[in-house]
Amino acid sequence: MMADSFSISEKMSGRRKFLVAATSVAGGVAGAAIATPFLLSMMPSERAKAAGAPVEVDISKLEPGMLLMVEWRGRVVWILSRTPEMLETLGKLEDELADPNSEKNQQPEYAKNRTRSIKPEILVTEGICTHLGCSPVFRKDIAPADLGPDWLGGFFCPCHGSKFDLAGRVYKHVPAPTNMVVPPHVYLSDSRLLIGSESEGSA
Amino acid sequence: MSNLFNSMIEWIDKRFPLTSNWKAHLSEYYAPKNFNFWYFFGSLALLVLVNQLITGIFLTMNYKPDASQAFASVEYIMRDVDYGWLIRYMHSTGASMFFVVVYLHMFRGMLYGSYRKPRELLWLVGMCIFFVLMALAFTGYILPWGQMSYWGAQVIVSMFGAIPVIGDTLQQWLLGDFTLSDAALNRFFAYHVVTLPLVLLVLVFVHILALHETGSNNPDGIEIKENKNPSTGIPVDGIPFHPYYTVKDIVGVVVFLFIFCGIIFFAPEMGGYFLEYNNFIPANTLQTPDHIAPVWYFTPYYSMLRAVTVNFLGIEAKLWGVILMAGSVVIFCLLPWLDRSPVKSVRYKGPYFKIALTLFVISFFVLGWLGTKSPTPLYTLLAQIFTVIYFAFFILMPWYSKIDKTKPEPKRLQE
Repeated sequence: MMADSFSISEKMSGRRKFLVAATSVAGGVAGAAIATPFLLSMMPSERAKAAGAPVEVDISKLEPGMLLMVEWRGRVVWILSRTPEMLETLGKLEDELADPNSEKNQQPEYAKNRTRSIKPEILVTEGICTHLGCSPVFRKDIAPADLGPDWLGGFFCPCHGSKFDLAGRVYKHVPAPTNMVVPPHVYLSDSRLLIGSESEGSA
Repeated sequence: MSNLFNSMIEWIDKRFPLTSNWKAHLSEYYAPKNFNFWYFFGSLALLVLVNQLITGIFLTMNYKPDASQAFASVEYIMRDVDYGWLIRYMHSTGASMFFVVVYLHMFRGMLYGSYRKPRELLWLVGMCIFFVLMALAFTGYILPWGQMSYWGAQVIVSMFGAIPVIGDTLQQWLLGDFTLSDAALNRFFAYHVVTLPLVLLVLVFVHILALHETGSNNPDGIEIKENKNPSTGIPVDGIPFHPYYTVKDIVGVVVFLFIFCGIIFFAPEMGGYFLEYNNFIPANTLQTPDHIAPVWYFTPYYSMLRAVTVNFLGIEAKLWGVILMAGSVVIFCLLPWLDRSPVKSVRYKGPYFKIALTLFVISFFVLGWLGTKSPTPLYTLLAQIFTVIYFAFFILMPWYSKIDKTKPEPKRLQE
């Protein structure tokens, strides 16, 4: 009796069809509902969300030409003190850069300038390639064999060959699509830099 | 004694289809009689699978999926656990050999047209196995939490961030954090030891069931089921899998184990191709190694990922790289429908197919070699050229396979 009614579907009455469909829909909704907590359990936990506190850095010992690495939210942040010669290179490269004026939203408003910084000589940027997240290498040597005679110093990503200038601006025709990210930061004094916040109050 | 055995089997058969399954899948599963060298790799893949499962279980007994302890626990296995080094090298060598065997198994399918009707679904299930295998290899490589584990994972997970709109959220969902951290290591461990092996076992089971439904293809690419002995109903060119092919496969196993043990005992790192030197340095979140490359079996796809350096069709180069990389693997799934040749096997296919397949194999190796090198302008150009050849093999196949000058297929298997 049961077998008959299942095998010959044309014989299903409208009422039975409706009940089968309604039960299927209800089952599907229940399935989606029970999947939700499992999928959401994989999002960053409360502890992970709370771990983003700003970092204070003492930059009094940062010599011109030196790169300091600090960790903020598990990411590497670079603080580069640029020499006058390094700053001069920024203007020479603009034809080769994809976004020389930092039009794309990769930096706070106060770093949307030619040096991509608050103080012209100090660059603060996440040391992470905007391609696939490797950390580029600081190559301040000029015209090395592997990077060619036109290299004026900058950052080179060893993973996929993306190139950035000394303001973290990306070159044209490399895999990385955008300039490096400048994190929110503020100078608490001449030698104290706060990364991850734009006001002293939240430190 | 044999009476007792027989009555025991009888007892079981009334409660479980033991004898009938033994017959259907082994002693009365008729396989073509002309299997050659290329037919070793299915059973070898099973052997490696068992090796990975067993050694993997024993590794979990001492491994700690914790970002602060993982690296040290692997060194502990290598130095302080009795025979820990052997079990770990069996597992790490097994991972690479799994890909060797599976690539040869897939190449066999391409040589003899094993993906063609009626084996399309068998091929697709096999491709799913390959995808799961890639996921297993990736998650497994993260577990030692060395420099290559960390930065390799960083690159792969960042690829999901390249997907428009949902990319960032998806990446956080995958990582369980805003960056690659302990949370990700812990869950990749769960995938590697529970989720993916379970899925793999189910898929392997389905793969074998599908194979035994259609029957095996063979180097001539003709159907032995079309020529059955009228009185017995058995294909005249078929021989029972057991004992004929079980015995043949044992020979393959012996040779394979010689090579396998040679690698384990004399070259477990394989010059940095099986275990990369940078992965003997603990993960450093502040510094990418000067040269990073994936393990050898991923390098062809990795070359394609970084081959695209210009934006076109309104899509960024970064996303194109990800699309090409994913496409280069997924496109194998389309083979059953791309191949329009009237014959299946390379033995009867014409010069166009042979040239195309040769170019494809060359591009696969060149891309693989380029993927191990640091990118330079010349290498990037080479990668671009060979990426085009790689995809041309598939995309042009409907044309060149159709107009190719084929030879007639024989009615019976050739010796």
